[in-house]
Amino acid sequence: MTETAVTRPTEIEWHGVSPKYIAVDLIGTAVSALIFTAAATVPYWLIQEPWALIPSAAVLLVHLVVLVLTPRRIRSIRYALRADDLLVRRGIMFTRLVAVPYGRMQLVDVNRGPIARAFGLSELKFVTAAASSNILLPGLPAEEADDLRDRLVALAESRRTGL
Amino acid sequence: MTEPLPPRSDTQRPEEREGLGSPLTEGRGADLAGPLPAGNPRTEGAGFEAQQPQPLQSLATAPLTTSLADGEWHRLHPATPLLRGGIALIAIVGFLITNLRDRFIEGFLPMYRDEDYSGDPVEFLVGEGLLFWALLATLGVVLVVVFFFWLSWRFHTFRITAEIVEVRQGVLMRTNRRARLDRIQGVHIQRPFFARLFGAAKLEIEQAGDDANVQLSYLRGHEADALRRDVLALASGAQRAAAAAAPAAPNGVPGLVEARVQELLAPELDPAEAAAESVVRITPGRLIGSVLLSSGTLSVLAVLAGLGIVSLVTGEPIAVFGALPALLGLGTYLVNRITSGLRYSVAGTRDGLRVGYGLLSTTNDTLPPGRVHSVQLSQGLLWRPFGWWAIRVNRASRSSTNAQQQQTRSLVLPVGTLDDAVRVLELMLPGFDAATVQRAAAAKGGEPDDPFTNSPRRARVLRWFSRRRNGFALLPDVVALRRGWLWRELVLVPLPRVQSVAIRRGPLLRALRLAGVHVHTVAGPISSAIGALDDADAQRFFDEVATGAVRAAGNDSSHRWRSAEAAS
Repeated sequence: MTETAVTRPTEIEWHGVSPKYIAVDLIGTAVSALIFTAAATVPYWLIQEPWALIPSAAVLLVHLVVLVLTPRRIRSIRYALRADDLLVRRGIMFTRLVAVPYGRMQLVDVNRGPIARAFGLSELKFVTAAASSNILLPGLPAEEADDLRDRLVALAESRRTGL
Repeated sequence: MTEPLPPRSDTQRPEEREGLGSPLTEGRGADLAGPLPAGNPRTEGAGFEAQQPQPLQSLATAPLTTSLADGEWHRLHPATPLLRGGIALIAIVGFLITNLRDRFIEGFLPMYRDEDYSGDPVEFLVGEGLLFWALLATLGVVLVVVFFFWLSWRFHTFRITAEIVEVRQGVLMRTNRRARLDRIQGVHIQRPFFARLFGAAKLEIEQAGDDANVQLSYLRGHEADALRRDVLALASGAQRAAAAAAPAAPNGVPGLVEARVQELLAPELDPAEAAAESVVRITPGRLIGSVLLSSGTLSVLAVLAGLGIVSLVTGEPIAVFGALPALLGLGTYLVNRITSGLRYSVAGTRDGLRVGYGLLSTTNDTLPPGRVHSVQLSQGLLWRPFGWWAIRVNRASRSSTNAQQQQTRSLVLPVGTLDDAVRVLELMLPGFDAATVQRAAAAKGGEPDDPFTNSPRRARVLRWFSRRRNGFALLPDVVALRRGWLWRELVLVPLPRVQSVAIRRGPLLRALRLAGVHVHTVAGPISSAIGALDDADAQRFFDEVATGAVRAAGNDSSHRWRSAEAAS
């Protein structure tokens, strides 16, 4: 059996996030790689032994792996608007597919970080009464994010239920 | 990340919601559209003139017969400041008495005077002729304290209209909390021992969210009971006439002492209000046994044994001293668990499940229908020989400060047989398939007629022993998850309460063609996830729960649980 069975239902119209978000994420990872690798060299400054560089090498390696996988990871983030619920899936190694009925949405956040803003992207966050729902859609073009938010709010309003 | 809150009903203004006809479509728009409308509660009560009752909707509020839920502003029990600061006051008086004990004795029995008191502050005051002034100053301080107590009591008012409950308090820092009645998650009445002596009770109207409850502490005991009835009637959407016709509080006015004694001895469930007898009886023996055999006790004992071994091996008695606090803690825990579980009762009322317990300090909790977000039946290994089960629930009202209270409120049945547990479940989730659950809870799993879809054989790598019990069943309107071999567990999630559903796989699960599913509900002690299911089964679960949740939420009317009854 291939991957299509679980977490990749095919008959639904899926939307991806903007390819520009790959660049945003790469920059973010690169910055974090710089900071953490630099921080991990502190032992080396203190004792000046070559093996004291091992922690920073490890940190760098982890970040490189993340960098290499980033394009695939970002492309795997998909969402679909079904008749009564929103589907969000993400992940290549660890896949996760969530279905949230529109009526369950308590609020929708639109966040924009500095790098994402430079690329004209926004992040959408859906909050339900359950903390574990944790639904995040990064890397949407700003207008698309605003439209989607308005649409989801309208959908949620027409299907509103209690807790 | 902060917990995403259910709608902040406490700041919602009642004027906004007039159309009672479609309760299901109200109240969320504001939350979704962005910041709440101008309801800044602080400004409203900023001036002292806010003391005057200003019923906003005197026209909309048909008067109820009882005194407190009539939409007017009321004050709390006059002894409230004493009860709230009571422990501190007693401590101070006790401290003074123990410190001046010798002086008192000598004052009456001067022949025992043998000590030299020069330098003692009391002696100093007497010697300098300042005793009068000292007493006057003390009196002054006491008067000021009493005055402030009185002031805070005067400024602490509440009202309950047909739509909302509102509390205003504080003298300098005014706070004002307003909550919508149709959003209540439960009503909680607590009678701490000290307050019981005064015939007072604490009433808490539970709201969804962290620390969003509205507390009315303290009220007179019988008023609290009447108020709970009215609040629930108003919230339930029952017709006002029916609510007003509910039996009024007992009229006969017995003597004060007699009344106190009666209240102390009265059953926790008022027979006039509880529909039936408690459906479960917990004998003291079973209660004590269950607490002794609980995992909490066992883990403390294990730690103690470890410490004992350490001190034997090293010959150092240090470990024994380390064990002392643990022993004390264990003792307190056991006594607390046992005393709070005594006189347990649970019954179904028309306003939901009512759970009461406590010997000296009593507690009484009402859970209206549709306020149970998930239910867990659990049985530890040591409980198995006795066939005991405990029931916990996830509910939307939470306390971020009081973890213990959180724990006790989520425990609906501390211990009971499977029959007991199923009776309680039937009250909580009316019309659910009790027979299936009863059969499946303690079953080994994998029988030919097993209604549960369990993990396939290849999942035994991940679920060594529990594979055959690790599964789900989609009952009408309820999702049932079963897991655990040593620690048996059965989780029931009512479909109308499902917030979202997820399906997950990591590399290991994928290699085995397995997947895990997670039904998201409001946060609480119960996790409703199940792992290591067959791919196709997990997919079916996901699809059915996703569509079922939408359908069930649309049909759900437990929000106003008696509105159907009122309409018919």
